[in-house]
Amino acid sequence: MEKHWKSVISRSVCDYFFDHQRKASSPEDIPPVIATPHHYLISVYRSSMFFVAVCTTEVAPLFVVEFLHRVVDTFEDYFSECTESIIKEHYVVVYELLDEMLDNGFPLATESNILKELIKPPNILRTIANTVTGKSNVSSTLPSGQLSNIPWRRTGVKYTNNEAYFDMIEEVDAIIDKSGSTVCAEIQGYIDCCIKLSGMPDLSLSFVNPRLFDDVSFHPCVRFKRWESERVLSFIPPDGNFRLMSYHIGSQSIVAIPVYVRHSLCLRESGSGGRLDITLGPKQTLGRTIENVVLEIPMPKSVLNCGLVTNQGKYTFDPVSKLLVWEVGRIDVTKLPNIRGTISLQSGSPPVEANPSINVKFTINQLAVSGLKVNRLDMYGEKYKPFKGVKYITKAGKFQVRM
Amino acid sequence: MYAPGVNSSTTLSSSSSYNNDRPPSAEAVEVATDPASGGFFNSDYKKHDDLKQMLDSNKDNLKLEAMKRIIGMVAKGREASDLFPAVVKNVVSKNIEVKKLVYVYLVRYAEEQQDLALLSISTFQRALKDPNQLIRASALRVLSSIRVTMIVPIVMLAIKDAAADMSPYVRKTAAHAIPKLYSLDQDQKEELIQVLEKLLYDKTTLVVGSAVMAFEEVCPERIDLIHKNFRKLCSLLVDVDEWGQVVIINMLTRYARSQFTDPNLQDVDEDEESKRPFYEDENEVDEEQQEKRAPTLDPDHRLLLRSAKPLLQSRNAAVVLSVAQLYHHTAPRSEVHQVAKAMIRLLRSHREVQDIVLTSIAATATRRKVMFEPFLKSFFVRSSDATHIKLLKLEILTSLATESSVGIILRELQTYVAAHDPPFVAAAIQAIGRCASNIKEVTDTCLNGLVSLLSNKDQAVVAESVVVIKKLLQTQPSAHREIIIQMAKLVDSVTVPQARASILWLLGEYSERVPKIAPDVLRKMAKTFTSEEDIVKLQVMTLAVKLCLTNPKQTKLLCQYVLQLAKYDQNYDLRDRARFLRHIIFPADAESGGPTRLSKQAKKIFLAPKPAPVPESHFKDREQFQLGSLSHYINTKANGYQELPPFPLEAPDPKARDVETEPQVMEQAPLFTAKKVSSKKDSKFYSDTESPDESEEDENSSDEDDDDDEEEEDSSSDKDEEEDDNEDEESSGLEEKLPKKVVKSNAKPKSDEEEEEDESDEDDSSSESVSDSDSEDESSEPSSVPKKQTRNAKPAKESTPVVKPKSNLDLLLDLDDVSPAFTPIMTPSLGGFLTPMSTPSSQVKTQLFPDIQPASAVISPNTTSELLNKINSSGLEIKYRFTRSPHLYSPSMASAELTFHNHGPDELTDIRVGEKPTSGGVSIHDFAPIPSLSPGSSLMGTIGVDFADSTQPVNFEIKIGSDRTYPVALKVPVGEVIRAVTMSEELFLKQQGGLRGMNENTAKLSLTKPCSDLKSLTNKILTVANLGVIPNSDSSTLRFAAQTLSSKSTVLVSLLSSDNQNLTITVNCEKMVIGSMLITQLKACLAD
Repeated sequence: MEKHWKSVISRSVCDYFFDHQRKASSPEDIPPVIATPHHYLISVYRSSMFFVAVCTTEVAPLFVVEFLHRVVDTFEDYFSECTESIIKEHYVVVYELLDEMLDNGFPLATESNILKELIKPPNILRTIANTVTGKSNVSSTLPSGQLSNIPWRRTGVKYTNNEAYFDMIEEVDAIIDKSGSTVCAEIQGYIDCCIKLSGMPDLSLSFVNPRLFDDVSFHPCVRFKRWESERVLSFIPPDGNFRLMSYHIGSQSIVAIPVYVRHSLCLRESGSGGRLDITLGPKQTLGRTIENVVLEIPMPKSVLNCGLVTNQGKYTFDPVSKLLVWEVGRIDVTKLPNIRGTISLQSGSPPVEANPSINVKFTINQLAVSGLKVNRLDMYGEKYKPFKGVKYITKAGKFQVRM
Repeated sequence: MYAPGVNSSTTLSSSSSYNNDRPPSAEAVEVATDPASGGFFNSDYKKHDDLKQMLDSNKDNLKLEAMKRIIGMVAKGREASDLFPAVVKNVVSKNIEVKKLVYVYLVRYAEEQQDLALLSISTFQRALKDPNQLIRASALRVLSSIRVTMIVPIVMLAIKDAAADMSPYVRKTAAHAIPKLYSLDQDQKEELIQVLEKLLYDKTTLVVGSAVMAFEEVCPERIDLIHKNFRKLCSLLVDVDEWGQVVIINMLTRYARSQFTDPNLQDVDEDEESKRPFYEDENEVDEEQQEKRAPTLDPDHRLLLRSAKPLLQSRNAAVVLSVAQLYHHTAPRSEVHQVAKAMIRLLRSHREVQDIVLTSIAATATRRKVMFEPFLKSFFVRSSDATHIKLLKLEILTSLATESSVGIILRELQTYVAAHDPPFVAAAIQAIGRCASNIKEVTDTCLNGLVSLLSNKDQAVVAESVVVIKKLLQTQPSAHREIIIQMAKLVDSVTVPQARASILWLLGEYSERVPKIAPDVLRKMAKTFTSEEDIVKLQVMTLAVKLCLTNPKQTKLLCQYVLQLAKYDQNYDLRDRARFLRHIIFPADAESGGPTRLSKQAKKIFLAPKPAPVPESHFKDREQFQLGSLSHYINTKANGYQELPPFPLEAPDPKARDVETEPQVMEQAPLFTAKKVSSKKDSKFYSDTESPDESEEDENSSDEDDDDDEEEEDSSSDKDEEEDDNEDEESSGLEEKLPKKVVKSNAKPKSDEEEEEDESDEDDSSSESVSDSDSEDESSEPSSVPKKQTRNAKPAKESTPVVKPKSNLDLLLDLDDVSPAFTPIMTPSLGGFLTPMSTPSSQVKTQLFPDIQPASAVISPNTTSELLNKINSSGLEIKYRFTRSPHLYSPSMASAELTFHNHGPDELTDIRVGEKPTSGGVSIHDFAPIPSLSPGSSLMGTIGVDFADSTQPVNFEIKIGSDRTYPVALKVPVGEVIRAVTMSEELFLKQQGGLRGMNENTAKLSLTKPCSDLKSLTNKILTVANLGVIPNSDSSTLRFAAQTLSSKSTVLVSLLSSDNQNLTITVNCEKMVIGSMLITQLKACLAD
C-alpha cells in the first residue's frame, strides 16, 4: 500500500529495502535509515510489518521514525490492533487517516482525540447505521480541540459513570551476571490512564514520595511548571486511554530485584550432550506473590533437542528457532519451581564457548517496586464526584540473567 | 517528512498477494449492496466500466463504493488515471466522504491530466469562500497540492487570502501551502516570502510551527525574518505542537549559531582536552571558566536555552533529540550535560529510536565523555538487542572508558566476547584493543587477555584478536617477544587471511627480535604461497623483503623465490608489487652495475619506524554534521542539508530582535515598589508617558484612532451611571499610554513561566482579531503605508499630558519631564479607593484588539469578607473587598481593598505581608506596610493579587511586629478574576463564533418570578461578576463581555429569554474552567 505526498515516487524504490531485508538475518537487524542514491528510506518495524517512509532531502530521522510510530499507534487505536489483514480491510480509513495526519510531508493532526472527531473509528454498528442513513464516517466540522489550547481533548464528552483509572506499571530492567550479582538494574515506569469524565475536568495527581523520580516525560497535557514547583501532576486529560507520564528510576538508586535464578548449564561435546538445571525463587517481593513467570532461553545453534522435567509449569523447545520457553506460572515459596534434564547436541559441531542468557518475565500485582505511591487525585472544574482507582503492577522489562 | 521533497509511506507486508476470499463473480453484486466489503483488492481490470457507471449514478452509496475501490487501486500503486474524467465530476458531490476521496484521487493524478484537472478548480475557488473553516482549509490544501503550473496565480491568490483568514486553522493550511507552491514554481519566491513574513508574525501556536516549517523550506537563508519573532518563538515554544517544536528548535539552532557568539570561546579546545588523560579535572576547569564567562551570554541566547529546556520532558523523542542538539551545538559547555538524562531515557523506546539516539550519543561521547559517564551502565549490552544496537553500545562504552571505569567496562567486554553474535564479538575484541591503547594503565592486562583469546576455539575470535594485538604491539614497540613467538606459531592454525597477514607483518617488522623464527615462517609461507589469499601474498612478499634486508644470508634465495612466484601471479597488483620490490632489492637484475641509489636506501625505506595507528572512534568525523540530522546519521551530506554556520566572532546587533524595548522596565520595577511602599496610603494613580522613540507597534497603531472614538462613546454612555465618570474618562485617556508599559512588563523576561504562557494565550486571541480587521479593512492588498501615517500621527496625540483634577498630586511629576524614563509614578491619593479605574489589563488588548475596549466596572460590590479574624490574631481584624479596579502594579492583578481594624487594647506595629506564594503563576503585590495602628482605629490598604485565572484561594501570611505571623487565605469569587470590557455587538458575535464547542457553556433556568424587562437583571449580574454591558439591538437578549485578568482571554456572556420567565445563559470562554464556574455563579444569582 502506498501514499504519496508532494510527488509520485515509483514503487521500485522499495527494492533497495528488500535487498537489505534479504541480507539481514532478522527483521530487527535492518537499519532504520537506508540511504539510496536519490532517496532515503526510513522504516520502522512494528507488529511484523514494515512501515517505510521515503524522503528525498535532509530531515531529522527521528522526526520520521517518531511519526511512523505515531501512525501505527493511531492504527492500533482505531482498529484495536494493527495487522496486515486489518490494514487491508480498512484501507479507506487508513488512507483517510494518512491524509489527515500528513500534509505535504509535514504532520498535521496526530492527536487521536482530534482524529476521532474528524474520522469516526469503524465499528459494526456504525457501519450498519451509515448504510441505512447514508451518513459517512467523516465529520464535516472542524474539531474544536484543534483550535483551542487543549488540542488533545474533544468536546462535549458525556458519561453516566464518571471514572478515572490510573495504572502504575513499573518494569524492572536488569542484567544479572553468572554469579547472581546485579550488573545493572533500573526501573522504567508508566502511568497509563483510562479517564472517562464528562465535561472539562481539571485533575491534579500528587504522589507520596515524588522525589523518587529520576527522569520523567509527560503527555503534552501535563502542566510542566506545576510539576517543577510542586511535583504535582496537573492536567486536563484527553478522553479515553492515554499514557500520562513515563518515568525512569536510574541505575544510581538501588533497585529491588524480586526474583533470583539458580542455574547450571553445561554443554559438552561428549556423547551424552549437556545438562540443564534451573531453580527459581523469590527475593525482595515485599510479601507479594510473583505471577506469570516465564523463562526464555535462546539455545545455541548446535542444540538439537531437550529432554527436561519440570516440577511446575510446562516447557517447550522450538528446534527451528532454538528457543526454550518454560512457562512457570506463579512461584510458590514452599516448593520452588525447578527444571532439569539433558540437552542433546549436534555431534561434530564446534563446541559452544559460552552459555546463553535467560530472559525472565514476571508480574507482581499490587506492588510498585520502586515504592512509589499515589497520594491523592483532585478534580476541579466539574461538579460531579468521579470514581477513582489506582492499580500498581510490577513487571519484568528487559530482565536478563547471564549463565 | 518536513523538508523532504517527497514522502511516500508504504506498508509492506510479508505476503505479496492481495487476493480477496470472495470469488470475483460475486464481487459486483456484493459491492453494490455491501459498501463495507473490502472487495477492491480484486484485480479485475474490466471493472473500470462499472466503476464509471457507479460514479455516474446519482446514489451517493454507489459513488462512495466506487471511490473506495478506486482508492484501493491507487493505494496499491495500480494505474487508475483513465477514470479521471468520471472521478473529477464528483468533486461537487455533497457527500463529504465521497468528496474527500475524490480529493485524494485528484491530488494523485492531477499532474498527469492537467487539462481535466482544471475543471475542478472553480469548485475549490468556491469552497475557499465557504463559511466553514474546515472546508476552506481543505480546499486550499487540495488546491495547493494539485501540481499544475497553470493554476499558480490562483493558488497564490488563495494563499494570500488564507494567510489573512481569521481562523488559525486556515492560516496554518496557508503556511503549508507555501512550500507546495514554491516547489511548483520557484519564481514566486519573493511574493511567497512576503506572505510568509506575515505568517511568521502570527502569534497563534497553531500557526507558528507551520510557518517556520515553510520558512525552512522556502527561504532558510532569510534569517532577518526571524529577528523580530525570535523572542515570541521562544516564549511560544512550549505550547506549539510537537512537530512544530522540532522544526522551530532546529531553525533556532542555526539562528543561534549565526547570531550569538560562541559561549565556549575561551575554553581550551575541547578536542585537545578530551585527549588529556585526566578527565576528572575537566569538570572543575569548566565550572571555573563558566563562572567567569556566564555574564557574557546574550540574554536572548539564554532565553532560547531556557525555553527549550522543559521540552526535554516531551514524550516525543524527536523533540528531545532536537533540544539535545540545540544544547550540544550552542550551549555553554557546563550546561550541555543536562540533556544526557533525557537522551538516556529515549533508550527505552522503540528499536529505531534507540538506534538513532545511540548514534547521536556515540558522536557526542567522543567529545564529551563526562556527560554520559554517570550513565555508563545504560549502555551495557543485552543479548536481546539487535546487532547494530549492540555495536553502537560498544562504541559508546569504549569512548566512555576512563581509568576509573575501565575495570567495569573490561569485565563487560569479556562477557561479550563469549556471545553468539560474530560481528558483535569481533567488535568487542576491537573495543578491548581501543581501551588498551587509550588507557595506558590497562594495556598490559588487555594484552594478556587478548593473548589468552588466541587459544580460543573460535577461528573468528582468534583472527580478530590477532589483528588487534598487531595494532597494540605497534603502539608498544617494547619487547613482547613471547607474544610474537606465540603468534608466529599460529600461522599453522589460523586460516582467516586478515589474521595471517597481520602475523606476517608483525614478524617482518620485529624480525630482529625473533631472528630464528622469522625465516622459518617465511619458508613455510613460500611453500604455500600459491594457495594463499592475495592479502596474505602481499604480506609474504613484504616479509621476504624485510628479512632479505636484515638477514640476507638465510633468506635471499627465499626472497627471490617468492618474488618469482609473485611475478606469475594472476593478480596484477601482486605482479606490480613483485616487480617494484625486485628492482629495489635486486637491482643487479635490471642492469649489471653496482647497487643503485635506491637499493642503498632500501633499508631505510622498508624498515623505517612506522607511526603506531591511533585507534579512534569512527564517529569522530561526524562532528561536522548537525547532531540528529539525516546527514549525521548516514555520515554523508544528504540532499538539501544545511550546514551549521560557525559561531560569529562578533555577535550581530542584538537590537534586531527588539520588538518592544523592555529591559528598562525590569530594572525599574523595584524602584516602583519602593515608591509604593513609601507612599503613606493606598495609592490609586499612576501615570506614564511614552518614550519618544517607542512608536513601533507594528500592526496596531492604525486602529487606535477608532479606539479613541469608541472610548469616548463608552464613557459618555456611562455618564449617568456612577459618580466617577470624570475619572473614567481620563483613565481612558490614560490608557493610550499605558499599553506600552504593560506590554513591556509582560514581555520582560520573567522567571515565572506561567505568566509567559498566559501572555501567549492572550496573544493568540488578539492576533486573531488583528487579522480580522486586516481582512476587513484592507481587503487583500498588503498595505503598510496607511499604517505608517497613522503611526506618525499617533505620538503627538498620546503625549498630551493628562491632568488628573481630583487627586492630590503632590508627588506627580510633570509628565513631559518624565517621558524618557517612562517609569510609572505612583501618586498617593486620598479616598480614591472607591474609584473604579479603567482597566490597564485590557490595554494590552487595546493595541491588539481594535474594537475591544476596557470598561469600568459599573457596580463595585460592597460584599466584604474576612481575611483575618480578630480573635485569631489578638485584636487585628482584616476585611477585604474587591474593588474591581485594576491594580497599579500589574494589570493582571485584581486589587482588593483591605480594611484593618484594631480591636485590641494595644497598639499594633509594623503590619505587613509575610511569606507569599510563588508558584503556579500566582503573585501578590503587598499592601504598604502599616507602621502602627492604634487601638480602636482602622486603616485602609490595597493588595494586588494575580490569581493566574484560577479561583483557588491564595494563601499568604500577615505579619505583625517581629514575631507574630498569621496565615490567611484570600478567596476570590470567579466574577472578580475577570474584568469588564465592551465591544461592538458585531464583534461580540464574531468572537462568540470563535469560542464554540468546548469553550461554550450553556444553562437553562426559569425565574421564580417573571420579570417584565430583561434589563432589570443586569444589575444582578453585574453584582456577581465584573462584566461590561454590550450595547444591544435585541430586547430579548442581554450581552456582557469581560476578559480574564491574567491571560486576557475573552469571556462572553449572553442571556436569552424566550418569554419572561425562561432564560438561557451562555458563557463562552477560552478558559473552560472559568466559563463553567461563571455560569454556575450566574445561575445561582439569577435563581434567587
